[in-house]
Amino acid sequence: MLSVFILAPFAGSLLAIFFPLDQRGATAWFAGAIALLCFLVAAGLYPFVTSGGVLRYDIAWLPELGLNFTLRMDGFAWLFTVLVTAIGVLVVLYARYYMAAEDPVPRFLSLFLAFMGSMLGVVLSGNLILLAVFWELTSIVSFLLIGYWHHNAHARDGARMALTVTGTGGLCMLVGLLLMGRIVGSYDLDVVLASGDLIRNSPLYMPVLILVLLGALTKSAQFPFHFWLPHAMSAPTPVSAYLHSATMVKAGVFLLARLWPVMAGTEAWFWIVGLAGLSTLLLGAYFAIFQQDLKGLLAYSTISHLGLITVLLSLGSPLAAVAAVFHIVNHATFKASLFMAAGIIDHETGTRDMRKLGGLIRYMPGTAVLAMVASAAMAGVPLLNGFISKEMFFAEAIETHQANILDTMTPYVATLAGMFAVTYSLRFIHSVFFGKTPEDLPKVPHEPPRWMRAPIEFLVLACLVVGIIPAITIGPFLHTAVISILGASTPAYSLAVWHGWNLPLIMSFVALAGGVGLYFLMRNYLATSIEGPPIFRLLHGQRIFERVLVTLSWKWARSLEQRLGTRRLQPQMRFLVFIAVAAGALPLLLNHYELPPLLVRSIDPAFALLWAVGIACAIGAALLAKFHRLAALVLLGGAGLTTCLTFVWLSAPDLAVTQLLVEIVTTVLILLGLRWLPKRIEDTQETELLSLRVRFRRLRDFLLAITAGGGVALIAYTMMTRPLPETIASYFLERAYKEGGGTNVVNVILVDFRGFDTLGEIAVLAIVALTVFALLLRFRPQADSLEAPEQQRVQNAFDDDHPDRSKGDSVAEYLFVPSVIMRWMFPVIGMLAAYLFLRGHDLPGGGFAAGIAMSIGFILQYMSGGTRWVEERLRIHPLRWMSIGLLVAAATGIGSWLFGYPFLTSHAQYVTLPIVGKFPLASALFFDLGVFSLVLGATVLILIALAHQSIRAPRAHARATRSGKEAR
Amino acid sequence: MEIILAAAIGVLTASGVYLLLRPRTYQVIIGLSLLSYAVNLFIFGMGRLRVNAPPVLEPGGVGDLSRFTDPVPQALVLTAIVIGFAMTALFLVVLLASRGFTGTDHVDGREQRHD
Repeated sequence: MLSVFILAPFAGSLLAIFFPLDQRGATAWFAGAIALLCFLVAAGLYPFVTSGGVLRYDIAWLPELGLNFTLRMDGFAWLFTVLVTAIGVLVVLYARYYMAAEDPVPRFLSLFLAFMGSMLGVVLSGNLILLAVFWELTSIVSFLLIGYWHHNAHARDGARMALTVTGTGGLCMLVGLLLMGRIVGSYDLDVVLASGDLIRNSPLYMPVLILVLLGALTKSAQFPFHFWLPHAMSAPTPVSAYLHSATMVKAGVFLLARLWPVMAGTEAWFWIVGLAGLSTLLLGAYFAIFQQDLKGLLAYSTISHLGLITVLLSLGSPLAAVAAVFHIVNHATFKASLFMAAGIIDHETGTRDMRKLGGLIRYMPGTAVLAMVASAAMAGVPLLNGFISKEMFFAEAIETHQANILDTMTPYVATLAGMFAVTYSLRFIHSVFFGKTPEDLPKVPHEPPRWMRAPIEFLVLACLVVGIIPAITIGPFLHTAVISILGASTPAYSLAVWHGWNLPLIMSFVALAGGVGLYFLMRNYLATSIEGPPIFRLLHGQRIFERVLVTLSWKWARSLEQRLGTRRLQPQMRFLVFIAVAAGALPLLLNHYELPPLLVRSIDPAFALLWAVGIACAIGAALLAKFHRLAALVLLGGAGLTTCLTFVWLSAPDLAVTQLLVEIVTTVLILLGLRWLPKRIEDTQETELLSLRVRFRRLRDFLLAITAGGGVALIAYTMMTRPLPETIASYFLERAYKEGGGTNVVNVILVDFRGFDTLGEIAVLAIVALTVFALLLRFRPQADSLEAPEQQRVQNAFDDDHPDRSKGDSVAEYLFVPSVIMRWMFPVIGMLAAYLFLRGHDLPGGGFAAGIAMSIGFILQYMSGGTRWVEERLRIHPLRWMSIGLLVAAATGIGSWLFGYPFLTSHAQYVTLPIVGKFPLASALFFDLGVFSLVLGATVLILIALAHQSIRAPRAHARATRSGKEAR
Repeated sequence: MEIILAAAIGVLTASGVYLLLRPRTYQVIIGLSLLSYAVNLFIFGMGRLRVNAPPVLEPGGVGDLSRFTDPVPQALVLTAIVIGFAMTALFLVVLLASRGFTGTDHVDGREQRHD
């Protein structure tokens, strides 16, 4: 049943977004129904959590790491669930009338439901990590909700600030909770709650305490992190009513109360939590008096009341904890109703500025009465719920819990804050509903729609009922909640309204009288003053916050980047190579690496000679790559051919075939690219005058390269001279024919055993080809690469000199005989490709080799006939080849599903064809056909895209110059 | 045999790495190609060097490691060759596009003062 609380809001959130914009009513009905469903389920679950019962719901998530999706409902979580869902229902009802026609209501309600789900997740999490996840979700969704009117800069800033502050706190809390899980050995909340002594006595207690408190205090907007909450008031009022009464900010005190049994009671807890709470209580109340914005007043009063709850939790006494839980509920009821009332006033008059408002009781008497009762509850007037919890607070403040100055101060601070609370509550009522009627209101005020007021009526009724007969109404539920936190140490307490003439009552009266007096003293000042309290208004929390942000994320980050970062590739590469060399060398050095004996006798002189050539080629390529590109390319090919011969020599015919073919294609490819590179001519004098710096750099790179090469050679030698350990090779050798139906083991591995890898690989090839194609579509060559090659110029000049020849003849006749041969080679190469393909499964060859061989056939046509000639005759576009290949390969894999086998299971059989003879027809052959088709398509696509530039670029260039001239 | 191949791998790596650290894109592409030869040979060498033992069975036969060489590194290298080709192609085109856009073939897209 518990999963309903998570599933329903999030699923509802997903669905709500799809409601049409003009269906405000339907969307509200839908969201309200979801919230109501959650509320009803929660109500139905009450019997299970009474007298200390706990409901659990477990899904294994990552049990190896102690992470489970555990939902857990005890009395306290139940109370919160009811609060969150009940106020959720009321806020949806309220929002239905509050939101303007142009606001996208589905988005609002979708976010609202997501927020409700996240908050329920926080409340119901039975696992610390899960709790942190939902905690972050509330931060993120509240960011979106506060910034709902994202066209408003204030809303954006407020949302960002709320996210930054609460998100930072959340991160700290996550670390704290991880540490806590480490101390306890489990993240399960039940286990954690049972190991209070273990946590309090751990040496890690202090860090855990500070980190968790950072999370809780930022979320609950406690001093000095309180500044985000007033800025979050740019949110639509229903959001404020929900986030700042029953949910978001209550998450912080929820966490404090949740972990109260395992963390409270120490001196550190008392000081940190107490100091934060007490200063918040006082400062919040003081600041609230001086606000001119209705919602600002309520925001600071919220901060102050949260401070009150925090103080109660800091005391470490069970009675105080009872009072804290009670006040959480009370504050939620009266504060939600007050926010809604403020929203109505804003909605019906068009302003929230208390200097402009006044005398509204004549226009909206109903709302006025409701607001009066609610703010009386906020002020702590007798016979209302706020009074009872405030009395409990005063009683606890008088008690001595620890012998230090903070404890001694508490009753005085509490009375003072109580006085301020009376003042701001009175101000809220008096300046809005009484006094002279305002003249310059944006709208003519009137009562709101019937159902917009209903939520407030309900909440105010709750305030009254709880305030008059607390023991019957809230008593049992509060008891259930308190037992689940305090367990056996639950104290005896009484929820009566009248406790006789005692000190708390006198404190209440002092606060009431003093508050009223203070208001009438300050009334005239407040009616005209500017926003914010004197002196303190100069201290802008927001400005400090922004300064810090700019310093951290801009100044420091930039200077760090300037010092440590570089945009140049070479230092980065150098660093990378260095790290790689170090990472390779370190384990060898640490484990006392010994060089194996050098076996000189096993050298085959022919093989040595082969590699003497290969090595010379490699070094030559390295030396010539800067000034002699063509020579370097030829030498690179030499090294490649040596590699290819090595494969032949050392029993790898498949590799040799593929390497040879790829070598050819690569060379052609780079040749095609050469003409677009800038001319670079070696200046012999300049090389002699190279600066010391350059010489040093080259030497350093050279040494780095030598180290890398030497290291790799050593590792390679060491590995190759060791006997082969037991590997998976035998598996493939034994089963290649039996199960794969082919004798060429390498090919069977590729198309059968590891077919899925190959499928991924050809997909990569396809992507590369498409990328190349796309990149070249936007290719703009530099002007110096545009003129015709020297050879063509010479040939054209020859034509011009001879009157019997027309221009272009020599170019066309160039290599005439070879090109005829090349043209006629096409079917031969096609045959070779088919041969390579068909024998692939049993003998060296296969789809890869065949595909590349076939593409060489196409390239030859380009070389002989020219780009235009081929493109006119190309019947099948390479893109088609590629898509056919990918489809065939994937379809072969899917085909095995039809026969009830896993993806890419192959079936092998020999088939006899006339003339061709017997050849293996495995289903893998079709897969290989896909590979062939794709490799062919991709290679040809890359090559023709590149070759095509030579006709496209000059044309584009000519067009550009022509249009340039016309423009002039 | 091993010592020659190891030396060859070493030289290919050293040449490749040296070119990788150079400022011109063409040098880098040649360096990468050399480096991929080295890596391919290295992986291939991990199956140990065998002469006349290609992993091609007789029809109906069952192979074992005493008569045939290790096919797994070969399969790995075969795909590596093809992917290496794709990488070269992509890099070449990026190189050309970068040269076309920036007018220089320096790896940073603009000339540095000292090279």
